[in-house]
Amino acid sequence: MIEIKNLHKSYEMGANSLHVLKGINFSVKDGELVAIMGSSGSGKSTLLNILGMLDTADAGTYHLDNIKIANMDETKAANYRNKFLGFVFQSFNLINYKDALENVALPLYYQGLPRKDRQKVGLEYLDKVGLKEWSDHLPSELSGGQKQRVAIARAMASNPKVLLADEPTGALDSTTSREVMSLIQRINNEGKTILVVTHENDIANMCKRIVHLKDGIIVEDKKIKQNIIKDV
Amino acid sequence: MFNAERWIEIFQSIRKNKLRAVLSGFTVSLGILLFIILFGLGEGLKNSYKDLFLDQSNNVVFVFPGKTTKPFGGFKSNRRIEFDNSDIKEISQQFASRIEYINPRIRFGGRITYKLESYDFSLQAVAPSNQYIENHILMKGRYLNEKDIKEKSKVAVIGRLVARDIFKEEDPIGKFINIGSRAYKVIGVFQDRGGDVEESYVFIPYTTRQQILMGSDKIGDIVLTFNPEIGASGAVKLGDDIKKFLKEKKSIDPTDPSGLFIRNVADEFERSMQFASVLQIIVAFVGIGTLIAGIIGISNIMVFIVKERTKELGIRKALGASPSEIIKMILTESIFITAVSGFLGMAGGILLLNSVDTGLYDYFITRPGVNFSLAITATIVLIVFGVIAGYIPAKRAAQIKPIVALRDE
Repeated sequence: MIEIKNLHKSYEMGANSLHVLKGINFSVKDGELVAIMGSSGSGKSTLLNILGMLDTADAGTYHLDNIKIANMDETKAANYRNKFLGFVFQSFNLINYKDALENVALPLYYQGLPRKDRQKVGLEYLDKVGLKEWSDHLPSELSGGQKQRVAIARAMASNPKVLLADEPTGALDSTTSREVMSLIQRINNEGKTILVVTHENDIANMCKRIVHLKDGIIVEDKKIKQNIIKDV
Repeated sequence: MFNAERWIEIFQSIRKNKLRAVLSGFTVSLGILLFIILFGLGEGLKNSYKDLFLDQSNNVVFVFPGKTTKPFGGFKSNRRIEFDNSDIKEISQQFASRIEYINPRIRFGGRITYKLESYDFSLQAVAPSNQYIENHILMKGRYLNEKDIKEKSKVAVIGRLVARDIFKEEDPIGKFINIGSRAYKVIGVFQDRGGDVEESYVFIPYTTRQQILMGSDKIGDIVLTFNPEIGASGAVKLGDDIKKFLKEKKSIDPTDPSGLFIRNVADEFERSMQFASVLQIIVAFVGIGTLIAGIIGISNIMVFIVKERTKELGIRKALGASPSEIIKMILTESIFITAVSGFLGMAGGILLLNSVDTGLYDYFITRPGVNFSLAITATIVLIVFGVIAGYIPAKRAAQIKPIVALRDE
């Protein structure tokens, strides 16, 4: 599903250049649930942004579902993001003046789906995350866990090939974190490929594979025995 | 451009961000409103000046006799100058190509009586050309004619108000009124746009008046209209030439400032209109300033709006919005808000100007109003600038990488 070879990325910080990713080689198969771990500054978010076409690499190749992702203009990148990728952010990034359903249906708007279909599909996904009754609530009327579930529903709505989650539990307490991770496990079990960036060990242990990043290189890449959440 | 789905998105964005929309709309409305009001008032000012000259043709030159203040040609100073029929004849011949109408006038006093009632109206003995010089509109009967002048007929043409006061419901034509001790037949009634005062006159042939004064050939003053082709500057020269001609004829010192006087309406009109135009330019300048302030206002607000929405735009991009989609969304919203509020401001301005109508008459502002196409143009200019003002930040926002936009808190 994802094939990365010798990926480099550096940021210009005034006169200095900060080399964040120093040759990443990494691949993800269909249906995997991968945790990308590392302390802050290890380059894990940068990697995720490049994977998500939110940022571009300086060198190296990136194939997503056998399509080479390179030299894309913004319009094409937007189109690919919409079709292939779903994003879940630490700070939810819901649009605050749209209610839960409208937020979930937004990626479908950019797919050109008619309004009626959008609402139908949106409601289906809201139902999947257990928030059907909250469809007409604004983000400000939802709890953190609910917001993240709406965000996950939104990321799923366009039926992407890969779900990218950047510290999805970073802003949540441990109980809510477990709820959200349980949801992510469930979606993964339905066959969706998911990458989760985290710096928390217990969150990483809920995944099926852990990739450790340190100073811009992968120091460890191992399959683990998944800690399956049952009690939610 | 038209895309129902996008409009739904935009209306939602406007509805959910009312303050933002109202604020930016208000700037545009106010800009247009002030522009139209200022421009309309300027127009009203100009109208007032125009009206001042409305009761006469604006190519009129008055020649008044005065008193000499310098001895000249064997005459002592302090001599009263008088015009007579020969002056009229000679001026007509001398300046034939430049003069349109010439009218000798004699003002006189006298009680007007009809059926034992007496009335007090201004009396003037004139030539038939009076009708054209004063812009009299004939309502009934006929005006004085050359035959009246030649035969020194005892006939009178009366103003609308005179007819109303004296004859009430009666038809005045053919009735006889007494002026002093003589009876005159009313032959016509006229109207004058100059208003009540201008319609309170009674005119008789000047030759009739001269005959009553024991066959005198004296006249009071001379009014003439010049051939419009010579223009305002030509009119000033004509005035000077007539002055020179008459001074020579009447043996007045060429340097004497008060032997006779020329009043040139064209010149006054021109100067007044120039003054009014300058005023209007100043007012329009202020109006355009307001418009520019409106444009700057909408630009600032657009920059602010895009800044405020940077994160939202980042989210939209992450979810698959292309840059052009982002630009279209912001632009359509900005065009919609500027257009609606622009036309509201325009309509408000025009309504306000119409509602004051005659209310500002005391402030020398008559019929304030603004040319409709000008109002539309100003509104469109503001909308166009609103679009440009929205386009620049929208384009910048659309080019920001979604990750940068998302980081924006």
